[in-house]
Amino acid sequence: MPVVTYRDALNQALQEEMQRDDRVFLMGEEVGVYQGAYKVSKGLLQEFGEMRVVDTPITELGFAGVGVGAAMVGLRPIIEFMTWNFALLAMDQVVNSAAKMLYMSGGQFNIPIVFRGPNGAALQLSAQHSQAWESWLAHIPGLKVVAPGTPYDAKGLLKSAVRDDNPVIVLEGEMLYNTKGEVPAEEYLIPIGKAALKREGEHCSIITHGKMILVALQAADQLTKEGIRVDVLDLLSLRPMDVEAITASVRKTNRAVVLEEGWEIGGIGAQVVDYIQRECFDDLDAPIVRVHQVDVPMPYAKNLERAAKPDVPKTIAAVKKVMYLDQ
Amino acid sequence: MATKVVMEALSPTMEEGRLVKWLKSEGDTVAKGDVLAEVETDKAVMELVARADGVLRTRLLDEGQTAPVGQLVGVIGAPNEDIAALIASQPAVASAPGAASAAAPAVAAPAIPAAPAVVAPPPTAESAARPTRLGNAAPKHQEPPLPPPSTEQAQHAQDNGGRPRSSPLARRLASDRGLDLQQLHGSGPGGRIVKRDIEAAVATATAQRPATAATPRREAAGDFADVPLTQLRKTIARRLAESIGPIPTFYLTSEIDLTRTAEMRQAMAAADTRLKVSFNDIILKAVATALARHPEVNAHWLGDRIRQFNRVHIGMAVAIDDGLITPVIFDADTKGLGDIAAESRELAARARDRKLAPEEYTGSTFSVSNLGMFGIDQFTAIINPPEAGIIAVGAVEDKPVVLDGAVTVRKRVRLTMSCDHRVIDGATGARFLQDLRRMLENPLLLVY
Repeated sequence: MPVVTYRDALNQALQEEMQRDDRVFLMGEEVGVYQGAYKVSKGLLQEFGEMRVVDTPITELGFAGVGVGAAMVGLRPIIEFMTWNFALLAMDQVVNSAAKMLYMSGGQFNIPIVFRGPNGAALQLSAQHSQAWESWLAHIPGLKVVAPGTPYDAKGLLKSAVRDDNPVIVLEGEMLYNTKGEVPAEEYLIPIGKAALKREGEHCSIITHGKMILVALQAADQLTKEGIRVDVLDLLSLRPMDVEAITASVRKTNRAVVLEEGWEIGGIGAQVVDYIQRECFDDLDAPIVRVHQVDVPMPYAKNLERAAKPDVPKTIAAVKKVMYLDQ
Repeated sequence: MATKVVMEALSPTMEEGRLVKWLKSEGDTVAKGDVLAEVETDKAVMELVARADGVLRTRLLDEGQTAPVGQLVGVIGAPNEDIAALIASQPAVASAPGAASAAAPAVAAPAIPAAPAVVAPPPTAESAARPTRLGNAAPKHQEPPLPPPSTEQAQHAQDNGGRPRSSPLARRLASDRGLDLQQLHGSGPGGRIVKRDIEAAVATATAQRPATAATPRREAAGDFADVPLTQLRKTIARRLAESIGPIPTFYLTSEIDLTRTAEMRQAMAAADTRLKVSFNDIILKAVATALARHPEVNAHWLGDRIRQFNRVHIGMAVAIDDGLITPVIFDADTKGLGDIAAESRELAARARDRKLAPEEYTGSTFSVSNLGMFGIDQFTAIINPPEAGIIAVGAVEDKPVVLDGAVTVRKRVRLTMSCDHRVIDGATGARFLQDLRRMLENPLLLVY
């Protein structure tokens, strides 16, 4: 199977979907002539022309709104945000227009739109540019939210997002674009709403999503050396969330660690914990432990940034805590 | 750190225990789990085990004396440790044999099961080594970890309204396995009882049970159906209870021809001596099979509803020196005659030796009592509440009976069923007995 980068997997998805359906077009800052701030749209302007690969001014609210309008009249826009930190300016269009149009038009207007871009922290980008927004976005009825952490998942989920008749948020990662993984040469889709069990074990479930899947798998590898085998469940979709997969894993292991990139209060992990306590109360042998960013704006200093982020040692410590091995 | 040895609640209903025999002397080195003494509870003679390693420093209760649950009866500690303060903290007052029940309440406040928390095993090297335990072996079946100092557990249990702390999973597993959380030690934070503690307790219980013993099972969801009371049923229950005792009992007697059963029994014994079964075994098997077809009889009266069981657990009344006890043959309807024969023999023997574990004499759905061996023709047995019925078995005898217009000699037995009229109506009980009779008179039906 070919090994490609996360960046190229997304590029393949865009290219294939634009070839398949000429209503699909890409719009955003630097997506055309510059070939994408992270080169995700490399070669698309040359193949599809200016009408379908549209460079915009630095106006997130404006081009998000143009995208919603285009979707209302039958096109299938893909809106790239250079990062989700910049997308804060576009939230009104995402939340109030895209997410609600079908409902408020009494079912007249589907909004088949994709909003995509890197989410969360990279390295030393400081407080305003190192934020994970999935709990904001997954909070909104009318949006679907996916967070692929591998090239395979990125391609399959982006293609499903483009084909979905409703607004789908695709959360990528700046630190993920260069990561490599196997991606089949033949076409495939990954259904929105299904989680994937990336590692199987019987002692504890690590439930995570997005780039934290890489942290979870590293933690799982180290724990295996100590004889602790964990389930690593990659949620992939945050809304709708695969509650069945979560409960199946926790019922098996009786313990859960919920790992996410963002902050604690009102985080995605809080929702996962809620599903677990509702569905698996009698299966729990220990309180669930969450691993997340420390409750501060992301520090710029390298040592402080490292201390603030969730990482492998914190995840391992959490697993040992729920297994009562930390006493 | 010295550890108290207390009179533990060794049966679900035990309030005091008589120390039958000390098995360790003062000064003996003991290990956690060693049997210190035999204690007679209200049901059986049970073992009181050490909860810590050390030396049995003192014995505070003489053999034959009785102490309420929770009473200090000994101390385990290091050889030179000062244990005076520990003893002084809880004076060991034991009542004389015979005066037990009168004296017990005065000695200590109702020492109902919060007591195990008083037992305080010290931390040992093993508990310190626990974090690395997983590295050594397949961790799915972990070694049972040591309980933490349970003075802490006691404190937390008090914080928790006297209930031991436990994980939801541990509570569910304990309930499924019929374990009393009060009897377990928690190895989690603050003395929380967690899954591994349940597994350890189950492993211990399994190891202690003789191989031939019955496999007691607790009711799980799906094992029974609760039938709400109709107004008619409520009225029947109230009126009949007003008329005759709290359990309005009536009796149905049926004389059953066991000739063919006797032939079968002889044929089996002739075929192989290992196939020897008693009439009582066959009757137990027939009752179990009939009960499986009549859940309306295989039922408990629960006051606000009737519980009809889908599983058949037969209590078998066994006479012992100073009373009787009813060990249970669980899932008797699914067991073969040979299994029932072996199990009833084994249970009866251990019942007479007073060696039954509490879970072996609780949980029956229906009972059978037999006085035939004493030459009793027929009798009425007293219902064991909340069960709805009991069958009393008389002697199997040769009797002249009229068959096809001629007098012949046949093997006959009289069965009398006591029925709780709140649950079983006359016709209901009669239909059940009819089925039972058909099986006993045509024993090949049992094979089918």
